[in-house]
Amino acid sequence: MLRTANASLTLFADLQFEIIQNTITMNLINEPWPWYVAGPLIALTMFILLYVGKQFGMSSNLRTLCSASGAGKASDFFKFNWKEERWNLIVMIGAVIGGFIASQFMSNNTVEISPSVVETLNGYGIYSAGEAYMPIEIFSNEALSNPLNWLLLISGGFLVGFGARYAGGCTSGHAISGLSNLQLPSLIAVIGFFAGGLIMIHFIYPLIFIS
Amino acid sequence: MKTIVYLLIGTFFGIIMYKSEAASWFRIYEMFEFGSFHMYGIIGSALVLGVMGIQIIKRFNIKAINGNEMNLKPKNKSIARYAIGGTLFGLGWALAGACPGPMYVLAGAGYWSILIVIAGALLGTFIYGIIKHNLPH
Repeated sequence: MLRTANASLTLFADLQFEIIQNTITMNLINEPWPWYVAGPLIALTMFILLYVGKQFGMSSNLRTLCSASGAGKASDFFKFNWKEERWNLIVMIGAVIGGFIASQFMSNNTVEISPSVVETLNGYGIYSAGEAYMPIEIFSNEALSNPLNWLLLISGGFLVGFGARYAGGCTSGHAISGLSNLQLPSLIAVIGFFAGGLIMIHFIYPLIFIS
Repeated sequence: MKTIVYLLIGTFFGIIMYKSEAASWFRIYEMFEFGSFHMYGIIGSALVLGVMGIQIIKRFNIKAINGNEMNLKPKNKSIARYAIGGTLFGLGWALAGACPGPMYVLAGAGYWSILIVIAGALLGTFIYGIIKHNLPH
């Protein structure tokens, strides 16, 4: 019935039909979760954290970890009572457990991405595209025999850690929490996130991966 | 008790990240290639509900469980730190294919190389703390 609706609504109706159909036939344990399940659950995570008096931000635990390891001796930035921020380390440990449970018991650990993107990645020598959760050419233990992969992983991590603290938040803190609270600074940060990502993928990847 | 609550919140979040494939390097790459609606749908739907929920919290002055105001402090006004810091973060997000939340999720999933990314992120955080006074904010 939805599908015979007004022509201008057909696209929307199709989408709705697809969502209803998928939700009925979907196996939430084994199948990957579609965006309309994951997005609302992420919003729920944010509201639960607000309700218990905290905020949703996953990068601040990096600062807490630095502080807990004694970085306060090197900079005032790490001089705070990190034990009060212990909660974000516990959330972090939870995330590790969640990753373990989901990968071991709830997933076939394969990500089906768009065929044209698979083709692009094959051109970069990443042949595990469409057949694995992470590219084995970069993330497998064997890949670590290539020093270039070490460089890629450590500089990627460095930029994430440095950039997140410089910008005062990461994807969860700015793109979800900050934008949900209609914060202009978060909008600037998120535009930066995408500008950086697009520069990396479209201008720097072709330099790194063409061998 | 509180510890268990935070542990459960983290576990819940970790499962969402892994099951939605938002923790997958491939999904991040695909997003920046505009190859699929998936990641935009996740962030977009979380945002729509987030904006509505926070408006409701403000309109009805809903308090946190301990009776205090919810933690919705406005961010400091500035352009430079958000634009420069954000762009650096984006470069790293696309290069490592992971942002801070999924890093821990992937460690739990047994992708050991992610520990190198986490070590890099700790180093980046540390260096920021050292040189922050010399950076435009």
